[in-house]
Amino acid sequence: MAKKKFVIGCFDDEAVLFPAVKKVRTAGYKIHDVYTPFAVHGLDHAMGLRETSLHTAGFIYGITGTTTALSCISWIFTKDWPLNIGGKPHFALPAWIPITFELTVLFAAVGMVLTFCYLCQLAPFVKKHHFHARSTDDLFVMVIECTDKTNTDDLQAFLTSGGAVETNVQVAEEGWWLGRYDQDEMPFQTKEIVAA
Amino acid sequence: MHLKYESQLREPLVYGDKNYHQVTEDIVRPIEAKPTRLWYIGFYIAVCLLLFGVYAIYRDVTYGIGQWNLNKTVGWGWDITNFVWWVGIGHAGTLISAILLLFRQGWRTGVNRAAEAMTIFAVMCAGQFPIWHMGRVWMAFFVLPYPNSRGPLWVNFNSPLLWDVFAISTYFTVSLLFWYSGLLPDFATVRDRAFTKLRKRLYGVAAFGWTGSTKHWQRHESLSLVLAGLSTPLVLSVHTIVSFDFATSVIPGWHTTIFPPYFVAGAIFSGFAMVQSLMVIIRKVFAMEDYITMGHIEAMNKVIVLTGSIVGVAYLTELFMGWYSQNKYEGYTFWYSRAYLFSPYGWSYWGMMACNVLSPQIFWFRKMRRNIFVTFFMSVIVNIGMWFERFVIIVTSLYRDYLPSSWSVYYSPTIWEIGFYAGTFGLFFTCFFLFAKYFPVIAIAEIKYVLKTTGEGYKGRMDKIEGESLETFVHDHAH
Repeated sequence: MAKKKFVIGCFDDEAVLFPAVKKVRTAGYKIHDVYTPFAVHGLDHAMGLRETSLHTAGFIYGITGTTTALSCISWIFTKDWPLNIGGKPHFALPAWIPITFELTVLFAAVGMVLTFCYLCQLAPFVKKHHFHARSTDDLFVMVIECTDKTNTDDLQAFLTSGGAVETNVQVAEEGWWLGRYDQDEMPFQTKEIVAA
Repeated sequence: MHLKYESQLREPLVYGDKNYHQVTEDIVRPIEAKPTRLWYIGFYIAVCLLLFGVYAIYRDVTYGIGQWNLNKTVGWGWDITNFVWWVGIGHAGTLISAILLLFRQGWRTGVNRAAEAMTIFAVMCAGQFPIWHMGRVWMAFFVLPYPNSRGPLWVNFNSPLLWDVFAISTYFTVSLLFWYSGLLPDFATVRDRAFTKLRKRLYGVAAFGWTGSTKHWQRHESLSLVLAGLSTPLVLSVHTIVSFDFATSVIPGWHTTIFPPYFVAGAIFSGFAMVQSLMVIIRKVFAMEDYITMGHIEAMNKVIVLTGSIVGVAYLTELFMGWYSQNKYEGYTFWYSRAYLFSPYGWSYWGMMACNVLSPQIFWFRKMRRNIFVTFFMSVIVNIGMWFERFVIIVTSLYRDYLPSSWSVYYSPTIWEIGFYAGTFGLFFTCFFLFAKYFPVIAIAEIKYVLKTTGEGYKGRMDKIEGESLETFVHDHAH
């Protein structure tokens, strides 16, 4: 994928971040993403992201599990090998409820997690560009995509006036690639370690 | 609008005036520091126990389960007792992470990560017992239903033992997925502040390339909520199905309809006790008193006294029904084999009563609920009691069956049965020591999420909000 140019604004308080997101959007800039150390509720709405449909996928996986269990067990016990168990009915639905339930849950959970990883492009050995090492610690990092017309100096000043504690410009890959993290910067390298 | 308000009357969940960075520092510190001598000693003991267990299992496979003292009528002994005991312990983690999430119990954030880890390790230990109890363990795959060249010979889908195979394996898988998906953002935190290449590389692999993108967080929230919704009935179903292993039989003492709720309550009871034992140690060793507070410990003690009392009511109901049914066999099992102190196994019944029903009543007193030593002592007592419960149910119902000529000699375990049990302790604590050293034992991102609502430093500043007029308050803070 091609590299793109981004302007980065870092905020240290979510209370400052919200109005800043609003201001940046009103000014017509395209927010590439906001990287946060934890789930900030309402930020997705503020950024104008649509709701996720992951739960709908979960429902579909769940009923797939239900159908798989019921169809397999009923085929096995009524068609393939009808066992006479104390003269009881071959189609013993109540006795199949536990396994049907377990498979419903299993299919839904496994399917949803795999879908989640696929949608977010998460997997072992996957590497993505990190705009700021502290975005998983205590900074809320707003990344704005530049166009040909974007004046980066103006934009940085605009972000600072909106409360950003740090701004910079980066040219970066926006997708993922297979790679390792051991060549990355280590901002905490000089830190002294106290034994626990 | 995003600055939520919480009454100052509620106890803070995070003590001290901390900011986000300090939360990261506090929780990641044990991972980045060298392990202490105490950690090495504990880990060494755990590995020794594990190796002894491996040897016991090696003998079990080589010589067969005849090396256990199971006999004509006591076909289930220590093995299934231990299986049910470990599965029961494995219920607290998912209960804390799923049910308490749905009930919006804020205090779960401090303890859910370690409790979920404990669940996974406990279920791993539980799974060993039915597997090695098969004897010819190389045929274990026979329990899986797949088209095969043996007929095809299918498994019996109407059997509770097969339901158990599905229930336990589903429970393990879902708990593992739930736990690991919650760990991704925290692994990313550890990765991004790592200062050695090896650590950066390993946590880089473990974090799956997590960045903290808003869209990813949105999906992550949705995933956690649905997994919690799925795990809630799942956790109740698992011990229900374990109780079906007994309740659907026609053995006096097992053939009762109250087994499912009674087993589920017992499972939560023992699971919370194990969480308490581990939490009391973790908060001390890793200096996490600010995150696992007395409030957390008190909340768990309340669950213990509630579920312990439910279990107590179940014991009394069984005794009552043993008399009220006027069934000779039921009466004999409950009133002679169990409740009569001088019957061969009377000691285990009264041990169970003392540990599970009487002693937890101490937690009606607030002072006791908030006492670390009492809590730790009681958590061990409860787990001993719950082991007795499973032993009582299994052995006292089996050692004297309908035919007096086959009444067995007194069942007591061989060293290899004990060794197997000790081995699962080794497995559990080996895993737990590794977890405590290499994983964030508290969910960092979740603590940060509740920090500004429930952190002590932030609560102190809510005076201003509380002083506002009702109208301003509703306008500014309610949503």
